[in-house]
Amino acid sequence: MTQEADIATELYTILKSVPDPEIPVLSIIDLGVVRSATVLPNQVAKVEITPTYSGCPAMDVIGDDIKTELAKHGYKPEVKLILSPAWTTDWMTDEGKKALKDYGIAPPMDATSDKDALLGNKRVIPCPQCESKNTRLVSQFASTACKAMFKCEDCEETFDYFKCLI
Amino acid sequence: MTNENLIQYIYGIADNSLILGQRISELCGHGPTLETDIAMTNMALDLLGQTRSYYQYVAELSPKDITEDDVAFLRTEREYKNVLLVEQPNTDFAYVIVRQYFFDVFHFMLLKELENSKNVNFQAIAKKSLKEVSYHKRFSGDWLKRLGDGTEESKQKAQQAIDDLWVYTDELFHMTDNDKAVSKAGYGVDTTNLKDSYYAAITSLLKEATLDIPDTKYFQKGGKNGIHTEHMGFILSDMQYMQRTYPGMKW
Repeated sequence: MTQEADIATELYTILKSVPDPEIPVLSIIDLGVVRSATVLPNQVAKVEITPTYSGCPAMDVIGDDIKTELAKHGYKPEVKLILSPAWTTDWMTDEGKKALKDYGIAPPMDATSDKDALLGNKRVIPCPQCESKNTRLVSQFASTACKAMFKCEDCEETFDYFKCLI
Repeated sequence: MTNENLIQYIYGIADNSLILGQRISELCGHGPTLETDIAMTNMALDLLGQTRSYYQYVAELSPKDITEDDVAFLRTEREYKNVLLVEQPNTDFAYVIVRQYFFDVFHFMLLKELENSKNVNFQAIAKKSLKEVSYHKRFSGDWLKRLGDGTEESKQKAQQAIDDLWVYTDELFHMTDNDKAVSKAGYGVDTTNLKDSYYAAITSLLKEATLDIPDTKYFQKGGKNGIHTEHMGFILSDMQYMQRTYPGMKW
């Protein structure tokens, strides 16, 4: 089972222009939710997307946005939601992680650091504002299910951390 | 094994997530602190999201022309196959946490097995849900330790919740005839095999939380056969009101 997204070159730029509705600085490509995009005969564009979390309310919006954008470029869009293989933060691109940080959300760390931080054992998540690692867990869940809330003890800002999901 | 067997089996799993999801949604805006409020609502969202995946599959399997919304909102009480534990009310925060923890430990173990089902849809849903449920289990387990090993009042309330909800734990491992048929076909999970490790996990955490394990031998069951406690009707009327008043709505 391939883990790499399979996206047709001619659709890539179009899909790259579709933002995540909750984190608009992040393209759905950078978020890694687009798993495949294929051009079929008669200008049909088939796109498979996978949810970050089962109940992610953004998925319906993402599906609609993809359809609108593809239709604008003359394609007949077909969007399918797939569950397998399940989404992982590993599919988030480096560009996406940087965009997150610039936006004020700490990007997901590796699994070990993530666990240490979320169990409150070690202070390892760098504050996206001041880079200090002197940050403490406030809540394992934050504004959305995919994030946890931390507070920086140096600059005193609270911030969201995008939880590692592997 | 027929499609109807499979549909009934899915109800036995998905209705737990639906009803518990609905129950903890009630805390939206009413949680004891902002963080717990948000956490519980996030967990409700996970559970309802998982439910959608199961019900979409039911709609596919059903010979009738139905959608996931029909499955969620238009069944009668006896047609819901959730266990009694998940329909118990949010009496206080200790009840919420104990109910959640008792369910999360089971839910995690069930999904771990379902991941190896012969059914590819079950595999996919289980793999996806496991990532979410491991967070739930951590949240409810941490809180239960905090309550048990906290103040005199939090300990007393946690113990009360445990004593009251303990009678509903055995039903988690009750296998209906349908469960047995689907499990025999390699699609479902034989939950009787999970029972020992379940109680071992719960016991170990309760000890750590300095809470007592009830020694009751009496357990209550019925939900898996559609026979519910008096709380179920209230949840359903709350949940189904919109769909029945304005038919054809999508969730």
